[in-house]
Amino acid sequence: MRDVRGLDRTTAVSTAAVLLLGAALGLIFFYVPTDADQGFSQRIFYFHVPIALTSYVCFGWGAWKALRVLRTGDERADLESYVSIHLGVVFGALTLLTGSIWARASWGVWWTWSEDQLVLFLVLFLFYCAYFMLRFSVAPGRSRSNMSAVYALFGVVLIPVSFLAIRLSKEFIHPVVFTSHGPQMAASQFATFCVAWAALLLLYATLYRVELAGKRVDASLRELRELLT
Amino acid sequence: MTYAADVVALARKDLLLELRAKETLPAMLLFVVSSLAIFHFALPAGTSHDAALGLLWVALVFTALLGLTRAFVPEREQGLFDALVLAPCDRSAIWLGKAIAVLAFLVAAEIVALPAFAAFFSGIDGRTVVAVALADVGICTVGTLLGAMAVAGQARELLLPLLFLPLAIPIVVGGVGASAGAGSRYLLFLLLYDAVFSLLAWASFEYVVAEQ
Repeated sequence: MRDVRGLDRTTAVSTAAVLLLGAALGLIFFYVPTDADQGFSQRIFYFHVPIALTSYVCFGWGAWKALRVLRTGDERADLESYVSIHLGVVFGALTLLTGSIWARASWGVWWTWSEDQLVLFLVLFLFYCAYFMLRFSVAPGRSRSNMSAVYALFGVVLIPVSFLAIRLSKEFIHPVVFTSHGPQMAASQFATFCVAWAALLLLYATLYRVELAGKRVDASLRELRELLT
Repeated sequence: MTYAADVVALARKDLLLELRAKETLPAMLLFVVSSLAIFHFALPAGTSHDAALGLLWVALVFTALLGLTRAFVPEREQGLFDALVLAPCDRSAIWLGKAIAVLAFLVAAEIVALPAFAAFFSGIDGRTVVAVALADVGICTVGTLLGAMAVAGQARELLLPLLFLPLAIPIVVGGVGASAGAGSRYLLFLLLYDAVFSLLAWASFEYVVAEQ
């Protein structure tokens, strides 16, 4: 009974994700006015920045679950933390890709070290790829979930520290959209941005639920097979 | 025994082992001097002082990595981890003792490396020395924790650099910034890094060795 309700919720979340993604695409291409400064290519902003923010959400959620692993020793939380970080790495790779495309369109280069956020994502991408190396080289069990959890917690601390380091080391040429005076956007742009971000968050929730369900089925199947042999 | 006595006893054990076996420190010394020799040939003639300083930081980070890779090998080979975990001391004392021992090796290697750098390339100012000292603390505290994780894996020598280098990027930023003479805020940043990550490593080490 519980599984059926869980499946229903997954269906609801995924339907909402598809609808909102469609709405976001519509808004981005037909509603929002073309940027006066950067032209058509600025529209990638509505995907690039929400993907980056979603990726932070993934890492944050993964670290929160990691904290639960350390405090309660919950095996389910270990899997949840892993799935969330896995999706964070996927969104992080997409951020690097879309950022690179945007940099090419607007500055004429595929990569620029003077763009803080892009460099930060490179550091985080390398850090979380090592998370998988750690996880796959240690035998499954309590010790592995503890180590993964500790490493995931180092990750969320590394985010602000690296950001500070990169700010210190580079001159700052990135257009600042969010300042302490609120978002520097027109109302229509901000609305589109919010819809796109909500769509991507729902996409994350869908993928999270699907991957988690798949991993759990995989684990119980293995248990059953071991019982049979 | 008190916490400090535990830490001192564990660090003393590592230093004694090194004094008798002489495995890690000679390797670190040879490594750092030969990488400085490599850098001389890697840098084109007429390269600026700043480029050489940047390479000095690369050499220091990799030398530290060499020492950190070896740090927990005796424990693993002799099956000492279980005994240490069973010992009636706070588990973070294991981490602190090991970090102090690694720090001692690293400082010893740098006492040779920094004058060698000054002789091979160009002089070093006081700010660089302070930055190196601050970076050492960060490298050893974070590296010791990750080293304890890496020895649990199958590919232990391979794993540590992958785990450690992304975390070392802020150290390199702070160190190069400080030695390029760009103001004392880089030293403050290194201090902040040390404080934050030492605290985190101190608090989380017990989970890493809990059930090996």
